[in-house]
Amino acid sequence: MAAPASPSTGTPIPLAHRLRDAVIAGLVAMALAVPFLGLRTVNLDQGLVVQAKLAYVPLAGAIVFLGRLVLGLLAAPLAKAAAPLTAWRPPVSAQRLRPWGGPLLVLAAVALPFLPFANRYVIDLGTTALIYILLATGLNITVGLAGLLDLGFAAFYAIGAYTCALTTTQLHWGFWPALAAGGLASSLFAVLLSLPILRLRGDYLAIVTLGFGEITRIIILNWQGLTGGPNGVSGIARPTLFGLTFDRRAPAGGQTFSDLTGIAYAPEHRLIFLYLVILALTVLAAYTVARLRRLPIGRAWEALREDEIACRSLGINPTMVKVSAYATGALMGGLAGCFFAARQGFVSPESFGFMESATILAIVVLGGMGSQAGVIIAALFIVVLPELARGFADYRMLAFGLAMILIMIWKPGGLLSGRLPTIRLSTAKPKPVAEAA
Amino acid sequence: MTEPLLDAPLLDVRGLTMRFGGLLAVDGVDLTAERNRITALIGPNGAGKTTIFNCLTGFYKPTAGRLLLRHPTRGPIELQKLKGYGVARTGVVRTFQNIRLFPSMTVLENLLVAQHQALMPKSVFSFAGLLNLKGWRAAEASAVDTARDWLRRLDLLAVADEAAGNLSYGMQRRVEIARAMSTNPLLLCLDEPAAGLNPRETRALAELLAGIRAEHGIGILLIEHDMGLVMDISDRIFVVDHGARIAAGTPAEIRNDERVIKAYLGEPDADDATAGGGTH
Repeated sequence: MAAPASPSTGTPIPLAHRLRDAVIAGLVAMALAVPFLGLRTVNLDQGLVVQAKLAYVPLAGAIVFLGRLVLGLLAAPLAKAAAPLTAWRPPVSAQRLRPWGGPLLVLAAVALPFLPFANRYVIDLGTTALIYILLATGLNITVGLAGLLDLGFAAFYAIGAYTCALTTTQLHWGFWPALAAGGLASSLFAVLLSLPILRLRGDYLAIVTLGFGEITRIIILNWQGLTGGPNGVSGIARPTLFGLTFDRRAPAGGQTFSDLTGIAYAPEHRLIFLYLVILALTVLAAYTVARLRRLPIGRAWEALREDEIACRSLGINPTMVKVSAYATGALMGGLAGCFFAARQGFVSPESFGFMESATILAIVVLGGMGSQAGVIIAALFIVVLPELARGFADYRMLAFGLAMILIMIWKPGGLLSGRLPTIRLSTAKPKPVAEAA
Repeated sequence: MTEPLLDAPLLDVRGLTMRFGGLLAVDGVDLTAERNRITALIGPNGAGKTTIFNCLTGFYKPTAGRLLLRHPTRGPIELQKLKGYGVARTGVVRTFQNIRLFPSMTVLENLLVAQHQALMPKSVFSFAGLLNLKGWRAAEASAVDTARDWLRRLDLLAVADEAAGNLSYGMQRRVEIARAMSTNPLLLCLDEPAAGLNPRETRALAELLAGIRAEHGIGILLIEHDMGLVMDISDRIFVVDHGARIAAGTPAEIRNDERVIKAYLGEPDADDATAGGGTH
């Protein structure tokens, strides 16, 4: 009748238990190893034949047995070593730096393309990371603040991208009006979508949004006449700076950036410009969300996440709150989509699959629901880490998965899981005496 | 209580009936609640008190009956015709038997969410708020002042910036009352506000409710099992049992009402005539 032992309480688990556990793991590994390792298909002259290489099976069993045993013995010391990591909070002195964090980060981001090590590759990677930050900032409103799980966010991304693609190629709009149209169209679709699904919550809501994401992609894929189907849309207008293009030669009746400024033409200029455009959009979005959190609408989003019934008892209309959360999130998704389309010059349905929704959601969850700084860190992690790990070739996704698992073990609430209050009584200004009297 | 009494009650409930399939939970209950008065709704467990509350505050649509609120500026309003959240907008605001705060938001934020209806137009659907215009800043400062007054009143100033979910049970009850009061209600509906409070906290609650009655000119409707509290502060008591009203009157009348004693203590048996000993 041994009391249930856990690594944290320090009660030692008897070695016999550990051995039995390891033997079971080894046997399972051997059973799995028979089809995976023990049987090989070999291409011989007479065709494809199956060769039995059963020597691998006991080997796999032995490795798993030893691994399991070592892991079991190390579990307690490992947990002890990881404990300070789990409990880590920023020191109080760091709190004083908090108001400076945002502006410093923006300055660093603006400076990035002009630093000596910034080549095409770095700027391109930065642009991609910023697109994901913008997308995750939008999804963070729906999921992190309002608590409405959305597994189909790529739909809004796609609607923004295709609105931009079609208005610039069919209607010959410039990039900037198309950007506004992309954001608004995406927002409008979010309102239309959210009306029928407002009664759902939790798992049901997640499944319906997943469906909506797929339906959007499939409609785009099949509506050949409008969207070009699987061939996509090409020839999307590039962003311009007050009408200046970043091409080598000016289009008819236009002017290029290098003509006007006298700076010799370089293809990097366009990349840097794209980077700065998405940076500006992202900073604007992040600032907007930070302000919205302090407004009645933002507080209502969070209150809705906390307790919908209590919201109703205070006269808050949950329908309006949900619709506004969806619409605001989708607006940012649409802007990101539109920028994505203009940057690539080409869109196709492949870019907006479920993996895209899952990646954006992973950024929000990994960063810590509702945290803007968390979104930035997690987006950099998700975009940059697989790039850094390119040297590991096929194993990089494995390493990526492992890193995600480790974060979820040590920081189950996300990297930055603490919620910052939107107002403090101690710092709130009292009403001027003259007015109060 | 210097204000003259209005000739008609603030809330007038006639023939309230609520049926869940085959179950008749509330059967034609009549009820009134007046301004400057504490009205208590009592009854044994499962009598239908919370169902009546849920109908009153828009969480259930009653099967039949008329819930008339005499609003001082909007005129008579039939609450049963409003959408759920619309009832709270008329000034009928409730608390819950199992406290429902926004646990990870701070106490102050809880009280600001309660003022959503007043603040939303002031933020001009967020545009003025986004630009941080002067009108918006003044509106927010006055909302914070309202919240600060209620926090002071309920002795919660020290925990204003704490997450509401981290507070003790008694404090959470007080936050819920403060939150309801910062909506500036006409009728405050409290569902078992003393449940889980110790005797000292219950006494403080009684003083608070008496103070609100005296100063704010609002009606208070109360479900409560603590008979000491009910008899102490109520002006009028309605007793329900098995979904029907069995008595109404002042505390003294209710205390001696035979049907009430029977509902609470059961029919005295021939061999157990000494059972009971007054209301508990």
